[in-house]
Amino acid sequence: MTNTEVFLQQLIYGLSNGMIIALVALGYTMVYGIVELINFAHGDVFTLGGFLTLTIVGVLGAAAIIEPGALGVSSHWLLLLGLVIAAGVFCGGLNLAINRIVYKPLRSAPKLTQLVAAIGVSFILVNIALFWGGAPMKVFGGGNAAAASKDFPEILEGSNLLGDSSNVVLRLEDIAIFAVTIPLMIGLTLFVKKTRLGRGMRATAQNPIAAKLMGIDTDRVIAATFLIGGFLGGAASVMWSVYNNTISFQMGFRAGMDAFTAAVLGGIGSLPGAMVGGVLIGLIRAMSDQYIETRWTNVVVFGVLILILIFRPSGLLGLKQREKV
Amino acid sequence: MKMNSMKTANFRSAIAGFAFLTSFALPSFAFVASATAADAIKIVSSLPRTGSANAQTTSMVNGIKMAIAETNGKIGDATISYEDWDDASAQKGNWDPTVEAQNADKAIADDAVMAYVGTYNSGAAKISMPKLNAAGMVMVSPANTAPNLTKAGFGEPNEPAVYRPSGKINYFRVVPTDDVQGAVAADYAKELGATKVFVLDDREVYGKGVAGVFQKHAKEIGLEIVGTDGIDTKASNYKSLMTKIKQTGADLVYFGGTTQTNAGQIAKDMVAGGLKAKLIVPDGCYEKAFIEAAGAKALEDRCFITFGGVAAKSLTGKGREFYLSYVKTYSAEPEGYAVYGYEAAKVVISAMQRIHTAGGTITRASVLAEVGKTKDYVGALGTWSFDANGDTTNRTMSVNTVRNGEFVMVKVVN
Repeated sequence: MTNTEVFLQQLIYGLSNGMIIALVALGYTMVYGIVELINFAHGDVFTLGGFLTLTIVGVLGAAAIIEPGALGVSSHWLLLLGLVIAAGVFCGGLNLAINRIVYKPLRSAPKLTQLVAAIGVSFILVNIALFWGGAPMKVFGGGNAAAASKDFPEILEGSNLLGDSSNVVLRLEDIAIFAVTIPLMIGLTLFVKKTRLGRGMRATAQNPIAAKLMGIDTDRVIAATFLIGGFLGGAASVMWSVYNNTISFQMGFRAGMDAFTAAVLGGIGSLPGAMVGGVLIGLIRAMSDQYIETRWTNVVVFGVLILILIFRPSGLLGLKQREKV
Repeated sequence: MKMNSMKTANFRSAIAGFAFLTSFALPSFAFVASATAADAIKIVSSLPRTGSANAQTTSMVNGIKMAIAETNGKIGDATISYEDWDDASAQKGNWDPTVEAQNADKAIADDAVMAYVGTYNSGAAKISMPKLNAAGMVMVSPANTAPNLTKAGFGEPNEPAVYRPSGKINYFRVVPTDDVQGAVAADYAKELGATKVFVLDDREVYGKGVAGVFQKHAKEIGLEIVGTDGIDTKASNYKSLMTKIKQTGADLVYFGGTTQTNAGQIAKDMVAGGLKAKLIVPDGCYEKAFIEAAGAKALEDRCFITFGGVAAKSLTGKGREFYLSYVKTYSAEPEGYAVYGYEAAKVVISAMQRIHTAGGTITRASVLAEVGKTKDYVGALGTWSFDANGDTTNRTMSVNTVRNGEFVMVKVVN
């Protein structure tokens, strides 16, 4: 492999991983922007999205719908779209329910109480994932080892689009990540900028009390934020599973940590910031793996984070610091 | 060391002699005394029960239970009770140093506990070894393979003395160590025709240790080491790392690590990254959970797994009896380490039986001394002894691969 090929390859991997991180990061940043809560459970909602995806694939697999040729070439893309919607709706609903049951009653409680509650919810969800991993299905290994990583079947054909002789590998799953994440990000931006509810979100983020005085139903705005953040997390979990071909009850931990870092890097509360932060972290990881050493990658990622926070305390695209934890 | 063991031996024979005398002079008293002292014999095991090692450790616990059941759970009139402790936490999904330390403390605090069977992970052993050593409790590991736990010259300069604050040896293991395993893997790499190898490890005691031995031996036999790296075991994928390996032109990758430290994802990303290189992993991946995590497709005839011993179904003699009895009792194939769990518990129980037969009292000190004397023991793993470091004299290793989703033994090395 020539140096250019290596660089191109790392660029592809960095962008693909980064787009997934960005999608998860949006969930953190949106919730933080509106209610100033770091929703630690978000990563675990993402995990459950992955488990739901594998369950659906398992059920469909048993019905042989995902066998090649059942619906023609497009069936796999249809399946992917279906999974994104299913996991998105599931995770959005779950996030909504968590907000209604746990966070809403604590809305006026001290910030620390909410934070601890979020960590508690995270533990509950991790254990649900552990339990789910024991499902007596073939894709879950017959349920014998609940905590084992699960192999996620290849949904998109795995051959190299650039031809077998090419050193650079570009697979359908890389393309799929862009095909799913970019429209979602554009959609979200338009939604927040153009719609009535989006305006309500921006207003609530700016000043919740003033927003309420202006007749905005802030509870509804908050609920919508959790719903949308969860939907994006669910979509990300499908892409993550398809891309890595593995799910495990801990997948949300690292994804959540990376995404949270991305949100902070980009400026927490800022939507474009989360997107930029996610892509940056993906790229930094790939380049550090290649040009430094994998063992130093986490150090590099957090080193960059610290550097950026020293010079821009509110992150790359963050707004001026408000009084927050 | 020698002085100490002689002292222990003298002490033990003094106790035995005393018991012998009293049993003549005051038979009824002796009976009461031994009954109260030995009423409660507890063996505990500390293995990662939460996490993907669960299938493996369940199989090991089954082995331990079988060893106890074979003596009807009795030593004389005393009943052996067994407790299966978890040294993992759900948050880690793997062994957890805090939990392992708690387990060791709990065992020490419970006077009835006579023996500690564990740990599974060498890193966990580092935590409990000095604690149990100071308390004079015997510890028999069914699965630790890091050589530096018992032998000098493999790790830090203060190893293994740092694990033996009392100066005595209380830690034994029934599995061959990684100085054997790493070398066997390197030899096999050469046999596969590899010339350039890339060595990865998981940055844990076990993984780093075995990868180090592999690397050293590989160099000695003329393989070129084109690179080394330590992975982030929680990373979502290793595609970037695979690109780096691909650039070095490596034709074989060695990963010192376990299923729990993401060996499955490594195997998978080698395929996804378009690497043609073969993969060799150590015994920490010799469990069905590894095949499940990696997907059989990524492993078939491309991944090789070394293991300290032979596959359960290839055991002979007492090992064969164990295998048949296991399959009959649990209606399932034992995992690779089941027989080691069995052997570890059995060696402790045999020592207790010898003490009982000799008329001794079962105490932590007497059990520790007697286990240390295990010599030419005829067990499920063949005939073996504990050497001066507490290691087994058994040196049998095997190389396995995966075919049709099952482990298949391809080579046995003695």
